[in-house]
Amino acid sequence: MTEKSGTEKTMPLWEVFIRSRTGLSHRHCGSLHAPDAEMALQAARDVYTRRGEGLSIWVVPSSAITASDPQDKDALFEPTASKIYRHPTFYEVPEEVGHM
Amino acid sequence: MYAQALNVAEKAHADDPELRARFQRRVDAEEKIEPNDWMPEGYRRTLVRQISQHAHSEIVGMLPEGNWITRAPSLKRKAALLAKVQDEGGHGLYLYSAAETLGVSREELVEQLLTGKAKYSSIFNYPTPSWADIGMIGWLVDGAAIMNQIPLCRCSYGPYARAMIRVCKEESFHQRQGFEIVMTLAKGSPAQKTMAQQALNRWWWPALMMFGPSDRDSQHSDQNMAWKIKRFSNDDLRQKFIDATVPQGHFLGLTFPDPELRFNEATGHWEHGPIDWSEFNRVVRGEGPCNRERLKARQKAHAEGAWVREAALAHAEKRAARKAAAKIAAE
Ligand SMILES: [Fe+2]
Ligand SMILES: [Fe+2]
Repeated sequence: MTEKSGTEKTMPLWEVFIRSRTGLSHRHCGSLHAPDAEMALQAARDVYTRRGEGLSIWVVPSSAITASDPQDKDALFEPTASKIYRHPTFYEVPEEVGHM
Repeated sequence: MYAQALNVAEKAHADDPELRARFQRRVDAEEKIEPNDWMPEGYRRTLVRQISQHAHSEIVGMLPEGNWITRAPSLKRKAALLAKVQDEGGHGLYLYSAAETLGVSREELVEQLLTGKAKYSSIFNYPTPSWADIGMIGWLVDGAAIMNQIPLCRCSYGPYARAMIRVCKEESFHQRQGFEIVMTLAKGSPAQKTMAQQALNRWWWPALMMFGPSDRDSQHSDQNMAWKIKRFSNDDLRQKFIDATVPQGHFLGLTFPDPELRFNEATGHWEHGPIDWSEFNRVVRGEGPCNRERLKARQKAHAEGAWVREAALAHAEKRAARKAAAKIAAE
């Protein structure tokens, strides 16, 4: 499983990110194999932008991504649950003041 | 579909009951399972099999329709069919990518298809002798695929669910373009209407078989339901498809090749006659009308495309070497 097969050695895997017309950030939309970055961009354009999905593409070698370990999930993400003062609803504003 | 590089499966604890219980609790809570999460080996194996079969089906599914691209009756039909077949190629890619997150390589998967080791949907082993068959594939085959795929958008395995969301967005065009082809023929000359009727007669039963064996004979169902890989039984999905499709056919003035088909007022469902599962089993075993032809076509395409893959790699190497040389020159 950790052993890389022929395809992966010769045709690296790329992650594809697309920025939509709505002006939001690039968003991960899928992956593909390609020999180099330029061909990965070309293939991403052909497969992932067939219906006006976006205005900009990023391709990133999958091997360049560092991901958080799922085992650390609780340690990383649980603590925010108790920090309710980070949300606007924690603070009381009298009704007479109106929308804030 | 992140990063196979991280995919270190912990085989050592493959059947640890505590890990299994925790996994099941996550699935029950509708949490998505992601590539690097712990999962039972059976879950991984089932998904690799199902997702790769699904990917192969998208790829082989390009063949019966590809047969008509150059002979489509108008430029509009040709452009639409070409776009649909291209979409199916993309669906294959999304699904192979999802399967790869489980630790198999693209090369292995393609090899399983080309050597005949892997299965793909039996429906694509039927021929497309007339243009009306192209309409039937869109209307019935893509229609049945949609019924199957919509619940898969909520599958417990994250990468598969996300791939299915993309696929489902694109499928609706496929079904509608097929229905429009059938409708045009059904409203055309008597000869065209006959062509549509004959194609419906050919595709109806194979389309019903797409949902797989009856619940009474299906082996994998219970565990896959518990793992939320599957959400509805084969028979439930088949019934949904029949209920949706029969009125559409009647609207077109076509009849279904099932003398026992009747509407049950009490249940609100269309009831159908017995399905010939011996035909299904024959086609699955490789004895359908086009099994050999399909496999041969894929093998030929793979062999004849080898030079393209080699050229692309050589080109990438050349470009990388030039870049390196330019950098040295600049220093
Ligand atoms: Fe598809
Ligand atoms: Fe389709």
